[in-house]
Amino acid sequence: MNLHEYQAKQLLSQYGVMVPDGLLATTAHEAESAARQLGGRVVVKAQIHSGGRGKAGGAKLADHPQFAAEAATAMLGTRLATKQTGPKGLPVSMVLVERAEPIAQELYLSLLLDRQSGRLCFVGSAAGGMDIEEVAASTPERITTVMVHPAAGFQPYQGRRLAQAMGLPGAEMGHFVSLAKALYACFVASDASLIEINPLALMHGGGLKALDAKIAIDDNALPRQKKLEAYRDPSQEDPREHEAAEHGISYVALDGDIGCMVNGAGLAMATMDVIQLSGGKPANFLDVGGGATAERVSQAFRLICSDPGVKAILINIFGGIVRCDLIAEGIIKAAAEIGLTVPLVVRLQGTNMDQGRRKLDDSGLAIISATTLPEAAEKVVSAARGAA
Amino acid sequence: MAVLVDEHTRVVVQGITGSQGTFHTQQALAYGTKVVAGVTPGRGGEHHLGLPVFDTVAEAVVHTQANASVIFVPAAFAADAILEAADAGVPLVVCITELIPILDMLKVKAALQGTKTTLIGPNCPGIITPDACKIGIMPGSIHKSGVVGIVSRSGTLTYETVQQTTEAGLGQSTCIGIGGDPIHGMDFIDCLRLFEKDPKTKAMVMVGEIGGTDEEAAATFIKDNVKKPVVAYIAGVTAPPGKRMGHAGAIVQGGAGTAEGKFAALEAAGVATVRSPAMIGERLLELLKR
Repeated sequence: MNLHEYQAKQLLSQYGVMVPDGLLATTAHEAESAARQLGGRVVVKAQIHSGGRGKAGGAKLADHPQFAAEAATAMLGTRLATKQTGPKGLPVSMVLVERAEPIAQELYLSLLLDRQSGRLCFVGSAAGGMDIEEVAASTPERITTVMVHPAAGFQPYQGRRLAQAMGLPGAEMGHFVSLAKALYACFVASDASLIEINPLALMHGGGLKALDAKIAIDDNALPRQKKLEAYRDPSQEDPREHEAAEHGISYVALDGDIGCMVNGAGLAMATMDVIQLSGGKPANFLDVGGGATAERVSQAFRLICSDPGVKAILINIFGGIVRCDLIAEGIIKAAAEIGLTVPLVVRLQGTNMDQGRRKLDDSGLAIISATTLPEAAEKVVSAARGAA
Repeated sequence: MAVLVDEHTRVVVQGITGSQGTFHTQQALAYGTKVVAGVTPGRGGEHHLGLPVFDTVAEAVVHTQANASVIFVPAAFAADAILEAADAGVPLVVCITELIPILDMLKVKAALQGTKTTLIGPNCPGIITPDACKIGIMPGSIHKSGVVGIVSRSGTLTYETVQQTTEAGLGQSTCIGIGGDPIHGMDFIDCLRLFEKDPKTKAMVMVGEIGGTDEEAAATFIKDNVKKPVVAYIAGVTAPPGKRMGHAGAIVQGGAGTAEGKFAALEAAGVATVRSPAMIGERLLELLKR
């Protein structure tokens, strides 16, 4: 789960991280009075779950409250498309109005999981305000990483090492160590999976402030992070992905025309790949999960059918925990309720597959059955072409 | 011979009285696995499925000489369960549970260092040596004792691979599902090393997916250390960047961890790769004929 910038800053400031003074606005009028209240030059920033907002017109400087109102008007109610969101963009319903203070230098600092070592890892760079992936690719020597042992936790020397590598003046070392310590404490207490501050600003006259902040929370930990659940903003999520998640289904929307329902994430990806190898394009990734029930299958079916771009559907189930006869029941029930408007190819393998196939055959539904995965993919691709 | 588990392996089931624990214990017993005990805190002294239930893993080990554990407890208690098994000295712990918070696994991984316990999983289908020992949730019927060692990050995709090696008449020495989480126990290299040493294993299949760099590390390892033929498949060529594809660990971040990148690393190391999982069986037969 991702947090908005303003939420990330609220959370970080609870741990002592300095952030610019700012106010949230949902109307141009609110933005104007926020600018007036803050005084002087402000920056108006669109609140969407994406980076790269500045380049996309989602961050504007305003020297007068009236200009802040104009900037807010231009953003609110629109969809902002960045390099990360894709062409459809994300809806802007809030802007953050912040005091723009003079800064001396922009830096980069993040804390994330290093999978290989199984440690949390600080990434610091003097190249702030830039795309860190580009920095890593073109000038890896400008990036410093520090691993934290989970038993020892963050140690001040690690902060000093980062500060030095990032070229911070000696007078700022203490500030930086406190900041890194706060980041680590926030990460662990919030079950974060990423905290990124880019840019981290060295202020004119000293001190460090998070000019931007991105926080992602580990979805697996949400059951014990009830307070953070309140930060969820469904408007920033694909409505079908959101609905799927509520039913325990993993769904990712893609731009093809073949709807897929598969049990198991690996097999779901492989199914998409084989569809592409057969010359088709998958409309989605969908994993009904290990403990799939007839009910869940029926929900997944509904979800796929709600995508108007779907021209044919492939259901590929390998029964391990899941019994194929139960899956067949779910398919029949869903198809009967929703109505089969596009060709449906079904491949059932594993536990009780014969009973499952018999049920499908006896259902009277126009289901195309397949035995192997390539066969299923070819059948669904040609069915989609026929329907197109 | 096989790796890690065989007909002498004595299994204790943590979370045996739950619905998943019950169902899969029945399946394991029917397969012929030596399940010797169960653990459910507060239910010690009872019997379940004809097996003694203990309050703690330590008691189960003392009374039944269990030397492997399988975990079916809910995600919130899974880290505790893994560490309890390790503390009881169980050499092999298989954690089936999915959705364990990352920070829990981070601590578990650090705590297991220096112990005698090997962890498989979490969020995995388990491990099976056909006709000898099934620890996990895989359907036993598709397996056949044979010569292919299989290691995979996936569940159902592993079953596909198993079925093909069965249909090709090759069978499996041992199949290990290492799980789909970013932080996990055994990795590809640990398994490949065991298969390389195992006399029964004549060839290996590794099934990877997008995210992380385990496959790239395995490619380097294979190049330097593996003489037996290896066939590799990576799922997720069509997965969009920045999206988690079901498994917590299956995500392409910042251009790293793509399926194409992994294919390239494996091919550069001389590993036989296939672009469709349906070609694994065929490719194995080709390699074994040489």
